[in-house]
Amino acid sequence: MDNATVIERLREALPDVIQKTSEFRGMVSVYVGPDAIVDVAAFLRDDPDLSYNFLENLCGVDYLGRDPRFEVVYHLLSFKNHHHVCLKVGLPEQNPTAPTLTDLWATANWQEREAFDLFGIIFTGHPGLERILMPEDWEGYPLRKDVPLGGEEVAFTFNQDEIYAHKSFAKE
Amino acid sequence: MTTLAPPKIFKTPYTVPSPQQIIQPALDGKQDTMVLNMGPHHPSTHGVLRLVVELDGETVVNVAPDIGFLHTGIEKSMESKTYQKAVVLTDRTDYLAPLSNNLSYVLAVEQLLDCVIPPRAQTARVLMTELQRISSHLVWLGTHALDLAAMSVFLYAFREREQILDIFELVSGARMMTSYFRVGGLAYDLPDDFVPTVTAFLDIMPSKVDEYENLLTGNPVWLERTVGVGAITTEAAIAYGISGPMLRATGLAWDLRKDMPYCGYETYNFAIPTATHGDIYDRYLVRVAEIRESVKICRQALQRIQDIGPGPWTTADRKISPPPKSEITHSMEALIHHFKLWTEGFKPPIGDAMSAIESPRGQLSTYIVSDGSPKPYRVHFRAPSFINLQALPHMAKGRLVADLVALIASMDPVLGEVDR
Repeated sequence: MDNATVIERLREALPDVIQKTSEFRGMVSVYVGPDAIVDVAAFLRDDPDLSYNFLENLCGVDYLGRDPRFEVVYHLLSFKNHHHVCLKVGLPEQNPTAPTLTDLWATANWQEREAFDLFGIIFTGHPGLERILMPEDWEGYPLRKDVPLGGEEVAFTFNQDEIYAHKSFAKE
Repeated sequence: MTTLAPPKIFKTPYTVPSPQQIIQPALDGKQDTMVLNMGPHHPSTHGVLRLVVELDGETVVNVAPDIGFLHTGIEKSMESKTYQKAVVLTDRTDYLAPLSNNLSYVLAVEQLLDCVIPPRAQTARVLMTELQRISSHLVWLGTHALDLAAMSVFLYAFREREQILDIFELVSGARMMTSYFRVGGLAYDLPDDFVPTVTAFLDIMPSKVDEYENLLTGNPVWLERTVGVGAITTEAAIAYGISGPMLRATGLAWDLRKDMPYCGYETYNFAIPTATHGDIYDRYLVRVAEIRESVKICRQALQRIQDIGPGPWTTADRKISPPPKSEITHSMEALIHHFKLWTEGFKPPIGDAMSAIESPRGQLSTYIVSDGSPKPYRVHFRAPSFINLQALPHMAKGRLVADLVALIASMDPVLGEVDR
C-alpha cells in the first residue's frame, strides 16, 4: 500500500470530496470538508484492501490568521498494510463544527472532548461533549493562539473580589 | 470504473460514559444506584485520577473517569520554547518512562528536519529505551502487586529499578528526567564505565524476573484476583484505540518495534509476547515476558556498541546539533553555530510530522506542526495512557469495586501522560 494508491482509491469511491492532498516526509495528508469526513473515514476503515482499522490520533490545531482557522487532524493506521494516512478537516473561526467519529471508533470520544476543551471545536453527535482536562467552569479555550500562556488571572488581595465574583470554585 | 454506492456505515457498539452522564441522573433523583466518588486523592488510582462510580451494592454499574487534575499545559508551554529546549518538557508527560517520551519527540523533530543519526547514537537510543521499558514495567509490577496487597514484590522490583536509575544517572546526571536524547542524537557520549555497569545489571536481571514470577505467577491469591477479570476482546480493544501490552494480551501481536520499526529495531532479535484472554492476568504475563525480551535487546545493543567502537554521538550537522565545547575555543564556525543554536535555535521546514514509538504503555506518537520558526507551532502527544483509560468503563461493568483497583493497575496509566 502506498500513498498514491490510497488517494486513487479514495477519489474513485468518493469523488469530489477531496479538497487537496499533500505529502511531507512520507506521510500523505488528505484535506476534506467537515461534511465528508465521516464517509471518508468509514470508507478507509471498511474497505478490505485499505483497512485503516485503527484511529491513531485526533487533535485540533489553531492556524490563527488563516481561513479556515481551525483544523482537526486525524491519523489512521492500517494494521494490515502497516501504513498511516492523515486526514485534515478545516473549520471556520465562527462556529467551528465537525461531525463526531465516535460512531466509527469509540476512541474518538475523549480525543474529541479534548479538542473541544482546548480549542472550542464542537463535534455534533458526540454523546457527552464536556470539558475533559480543564475544570468544568473554565471559560475560554486555552490552546487557541490568542490565549496567552499563563492566561489565568491570579487572585491577589486587591483583585480577589472581582475574580471570585465570576469563579465560584476559586475560594475553596 | 464503476462508482461504489455510498458506504453503509457500521456503527461501533462501544461507548465511553462521561462523568455528567452518571452524576446528572443521580442529582435528578435516580435512587436505585449509588454514585460514589473515588479519587482524585486515592492511594490506588495510580495518580490523581477521579472515578465517578455508579454502584448497585458493591457491583459497578457504570464508571466514568474524570481526568485533568495533572493538566499542566505541556503542549501549550512547548509552543513557547525552541525545539531543543522543549525536550525537557517531554520528560514530564509519562514520568515513568521519560526516555520514551524524549525518543518520540526527538524522532518527530528529526523527521521534520530529515536528519541522519550516527550508528552509535542510534544503538544507544535502543539500549536506553529498552532499559527504560524494564524500569517502567518494574514500577508497574511493584505498584500492581502493592495494590493487591503483595507488598514484597514492590520492594524487590524497586531494588532492581534502583540499578537502572543508577545507570541513567551515570550516563546523563539525572535518575529520572534525563532528557538524554536530543535532536540529532544524544546529549552526551556514553561514559567509560557504561559497558561493565550495564553488563552487571543485565546479568542479574533474568534471575530477578524469575524471583517475581515465583511470587506471583502461580500464586492462588493472585490468580483469584486477576484471572477472568476485565477481559477485553481484540475487536473492542481496537475500537477503543488500545495499544501496547493491553492489546497484545488480547491475542494480537501488534508491536510497533516489529511492525513499523524505528531506530533500527528491525535488526534486533526479539519476540513479541502475547496472551489470549485479555484479562488482568494475561496483561501481567505479557509485561513480565516483555521485561525478559528487553533484556535480550539490551544485550544485543550493548554488544553492538562495543563492536561499533567510539564515534560521534550526535549528528555532524552543526546547524542542528551544537558542537562540543572543546571546539568552540579554536573554531569560529563552531562558536557561531553554538551561538545561533542556543539563542535562536534551528528552523525546520514548514510542514508537519508524526512519530510513532512503542512506549511501555502502548503507541506514543508526537505530532508536531512547524511554521518554519525556531519554536514548534503545535505539539500534540497521542498518549497511550489517555487513550487506553477510555476502556475502563467497558472492562469494569458488572465487576466489584475491588476489581476497579486491579483494573486500573493492569492498564498501567501514568497521569502525567493522561493529562499533560
